[in-house]
Amino acid sequence: MSSIAHTQKRGFTSTVWEYLTTVDHKKIAILYLLAGGFFFIVGGIEAMMIRIQLAVPNNDFVSAGLFNEIITMHGTTMIFLAAMPLLFAFMNAVMPLQIGARDVAFPFVNALGFWLFFFGGLFLNLSWFLGGAPDAGWTSYASLSLASEGHGIDFYALGLQISGFGTLMGGINFLVTIINMRAPGMTYMRMPLFTWTTFVASALILFAFPPLTVGLFMLIFDRMFGSGFFDVAMGGNTIIWEHFFWIFGHPEVYILVLPAFGLFSEIFPTFARKRLFGYSSMVFATVLIGFLGFMVWAHHMFTTGLGPVANAIFAVATMAIAVPTGIKIFNWILTIWGGSIKFTVPMLYAVAFIPSFVMGGVTGVMQAAAPADYQFHDSYFIVAHFHYVIVGGIVLGLLGGAHFYWPLMFGTMLSEKLGKITFVLFLVGFHLTFFIQHFLGLMGMPRRVWTFLEGQGLETGNLISSIGAGLMALGILVLLVNIVITQKNNIQVGRDPWKDGRTLEWAIPSPTPFYNFKQLPLVRGLDAFWIEKMEGKTDMTPAEPIGDIHMPNNSFVPFVISLGLFIAAFGAMYHADEGKDWAIPVLIIGMLITFGAMLYRSVKDDHGYHIHKEDLLDEAEGGTR
Amino acid sequence: MANLHPKSGDPKVTYEYRRKKNAEEMRMQVITFTMMIFFTVIAFAAVGAGFSKWFVVPFVLLLAVVQVIFQLYYFMHMSHKGHEAPQLFMYSGIVVAFVTILAFLTIIWL
Repeated sequence: MSSIAHTQKRGFTSTVWEYLTTVDHKKIAILYLLAGGFFFIVGGIEAMMIRIQLAVPNNDFVSAGLFNEIITMHGTTMIFLAAMPLLFAFMNAVMPLQIGARDVAFPFVNALGFWLFFFGGLFLNLSWFLGGAPDAGWTSYASLSLASEGHGIDFYALGLQISGFGTLMGGINFLVTIINMRAPGMTYMRMPLFTWTTFVASALILFAFPPLTVGLFMLIFDRMFGSGFFDVAMGGNTIIWEHFFWIFGHPEVYILVLPAFGLFSEIFPTFARKRLFGYSSMVFATVLIGFLGFMVWAHHMFTTGLGPVANAIFAVATMAIAVPTGIKIFNWILTIWGGSIKFTVPMLYAVAFIPSFVMGGVTGVMQAAAPADYQFHDSYFIVAHFHYVIVGGIVLGLLGGAHFYWPLMFGTMLSEKLGKITFVLFLVGFHLTFFIQHFLGLMGMPRRVWTFLEGQGLETGNLISSIGAGLMALGILVLLVNIVITQKNNIQVGRDPWKDGRTLEWAIPSPTPFYNFKQLPLVRGLDAFWIEKMEGKTDMTPAEPIGDIHMPNNSFVPFVISLGLFIAAFGAMYHADEGKDWAIPVLIIGMLITFGAMLYRSVKDDHGYHIHKEDLLDEAEGGTR
Repeated sequence: MANLHPKSGDPKVTYEYRRKKNAEEMRMQVITFTMMIFFTVIAFAAVGAGFSKWFVVPFVLLLAVVQVIFQLYYFMHMSHKGHEAPQLFMYSGIVVAFVTILAFLTIIWL
């Protein structure tokens, strides 16, 4: 296989085939970005429908049952199918480059992780067309979800199970990559913060997803195969689901927010043109947040009646998390302090993030006080709180990160002007939507409510909230236009387009060669590329002579393995229905496809190929080939 | 890399040194193997002797934990250099699992 063929122009079918079979982390990143972006739009449309329904009292835009399905799918889609894959997109695109690696440790598993996520998400969303979506909330508490009729919850359990496998694989892959594949000189304490947060988030994935897997399997067996883990009448205990869900669910929010913190920690030093303040305390805070994240899950369950001792322990542990988070906030502020600041679009998102996220954090500490939480619980105050941390932290991070890393991923620069319009619309819309919801909650508006009556003082607040949501949607529309225009014009901006890149990912040529580094770079300190720049060099010092590079072959097997599980899930779901005799054969065929593909992968040797030294040297001389 | 255990092909590690290390390691393995068999016998004896189950169950579990530690450190070479990351993750996993079980025991079932 010739190495240079990869850079030549391709036809449409061949591009599609390339992406279906790719094991290259940069292309998988683009797949994650596309799929995550698609689900983000879907979740956004669901959010719009919620806000339209709640814009005026006594509205009947959607029925109560459909409303339950919409809120469930909005939450599930946004967390599992939008935020996670979008962060995985950046982890895939950036992390291997930041540590000076040629790919992730297991490129095949990386592709498998993506396709599992994709088919899981597809399965979940097909529920809209196959008899109704899940309707028990994104938390799917067991008594309610066991009582839910139709196949909605089955779609939820099976779909999340499949996509959860993918996430778990992705997390393990990143861990192994960061532990084993750092470039010479890249010690742990020289790793860029985004790599650090990827590392800690991946460790959280490793420990948090197994409880979800167990909980979902129990739910699947209770609903589809007649077991009684959560069924009180059969001697089960419905609270077990809540614990399993939150043992997963609380670390999950840190899995999401830590990489977003990482993105901001890259953006701040770049545009303040100053070393990240308190690097080691940032690392410490990241690890501590990860550690504490496992000790606090029951703060979601204060009102289930755990007793005063358990409530007090979890309340104190929860408040403790404010300390490392505070360390981070002050470090970011001190990074900007005295810097030579450039207000680019990513920097605007980063600066807006600090106050927005702090507001979400403060309401979090309010809820950590267990007695007060009895008042806040299940009210719109909670909705306001978690949207402030998720939108104000993660989504702002994703939008800022998208602008910041667009040149790295696509070689083009998103328009700064349109970017600023998006920023203003989105930020104003965000605060308009969610700030007022704190007060709606305190006035007694319950969470997940389908509609409300006139004359209870809730009209104005809800109307303002809905207008804000519209502004956010407008902002995202402008972003989409921006993306289309940028990709249509396709002006390649070259290497280090922000001019102030500090870390290794900006040191490689643009577009990034498919083998990433011709020679592995020698890392001489934190902000490796910046150090070289300060000494008047334009390139990294190589740590090895030019030699053959071993590359993995593309493979269609990950797609087939995932497709098999996708098919099997339909069989598992319908087998209990009357008159659906085809279900069991479908289950078996699906599993056969999956295991057959795994067997094929195990039996057939695939040693990859080498890019030869001569080709690399030719390429260097030939210039743009 | 950091994996400088006695069996590595590092030429700086002399033949004599490796021989000595291997002999030492073999001795430890034989000792732990004997102890593990001994523990298993004790476990069976404890069940057979008909003590109260409140003694037998924790006792057998304790012996099992010790055996797992022997297995990891003397047979799977976790005592050697270069196993810091696996150690970190195994212990973190144990802590998370322990907290989960503790919570289930204390606030759900008891």
